[in-house]
Amino acid sequence: LSPGPSNSEGAAKVNLLKRVPALKDGDFTLAECTAILLYLSRKYNTPDHWYPSDIQKRAQVDEYLSWHHANIRANAPKTMWIKVLIPLFTGQPLPTEKLQEVMEGLSTSLKQFEERFLQDKAFIIGSEISLADLVAIVELMQPVGVGCDVFEDRPRLMRWRQRVEEAVGKELFFQAHEMILNIKELSNIQIDPRLKEHLAPVLMK
Amino acid sequence: LSSQPCRALYLFAKSNNIPFEFKRVELMKGQHKSKEFRKVNPMMKVPALEDGSFLLSESIAILLYLARKFKTPDHWYPSDLQKRARVDEYLSWQHANIRAKSSDVFVSKFMLPVLVGQPLPPKKLEEIVEELNTVLKQFEVQFLQDKPFIAGSEVSLADLVALVELMQPVGAGHNLFEEKPKLAEWRSRVEAAVGPKLFEEAHQTILKAKYMTPDKIPPVVLEVIKSQALKQ
Repeated sequence: LSPGPSNSEGAAKVNLLKRVPALKDGDFTLAECTAILLYLSRKYNTPDHWYPSDIQKRAQVDEYLSWHHANIRANAPKTMWIKVLIPLFTGQPLPTEKLQEVMEGLSTSLKQFEERFLQDKAFIIGSEISLADLVAIVELMQPVGVGCDVFEDRPRLMRWRQRVEEAVGKELFFQAHEMILNIKELSNIQIDPRLKEHLAPVLMK
Repeated sequence: LSSQPCRALYLFAKSNNIPFEFKRVELMKGQHKSKEFRKVNPMMKVPALEDGSFLLSESIAILLYLARKFKTPDHWYPSDLQKRARVDEYLSWQHANIRAKSSDVFVSKFMLPVLVGQPLPPKKLEEIVEELNTVLKQFEVQFLQDKPFIAGSEVSLADLVALVELMQPVGAGHNLFEEKPKLAEWRSRVEAAVGPKLFEEAHQTILKAKYMTPDKIPPVVLEVIKSQALKQ
């Protein structure tokens, strides 16, 4: 993302929205992580627990996937923007009050997540992992990567994370999170000044 | 039915003859915070579904649940994988875009002025409207394109969810369909597909929003509007 592949011509043709992720399946192009996950689970007939055929369990996955956008997803990625991307692209120091605001918002969302979605179950829909857990965990790894460990004082959440890691496969999980967990290395990357110019105002918003 | 997601549900259920018991929750009177409602949805948000002992929140989840449970006509959530993916794509994208920006315009044009007693500075409102215009453009170019509906030739949940959100700023007096013929045509098609009378009935309350002035609103309601608006 940093050297700008998602903004290049080829990628733009695949995805009019100019965002990642984007899927190209023959002539069919698709954006939005949730839509792609659902498409793949249907096309490849993945094990039922990912998106259960039981309509009530399925509804619980949908419920989380919907709620996620305006809550966890609204705040978690901002920690990365504020702690890493803004200083990197604009040369300005990180705005601490903004970070506090974001962390408070995230705290509220996490409270609701634990009380409403997770409760005392192993996973969001019950005893098996689903797309809901996957979508949740990857979002929460962002603050972890930039040093805001949301799992630190939340033992129930931490145990859920461990279960998700195991269900997915620890090696695979860490492989996927390698870059995020080593995000400090990003500060050493040389950024094209034109890209800086282009992205700085967007980031500042 | 001043809530967009509630309208989507109402329209979908009525248009498909899905039997339901409509329980009015007066947001303006803070009823969503009552003990009774909290049993249905502890997060104190509408809409919420109670189906026997099964409780569900989030309008999109409820729409999909109803579509499956009552086996509504295929076009609402097409079984064709790619068409279905188009619906999912819109339903996912809209949260942070159409929904967020339409709400912002509604809050800025209606709610905040009601609280403060005067309209927002024009420049500020202009900025907020511009943000809505940006997502409207994306909607037209990326989701609608030259098709009659988002998923193709037939109306789906995506169109329903989109239109109820876009009616919110209209209720506040910002007629975003005015200079956008493509959008206006799409709107007519969705209204026709849902049923024009039903559509009008569902939007009766919200379309009166712009006529509400602070003096017409009881103080307790103003308090609720205040807490809603400040959350934005």
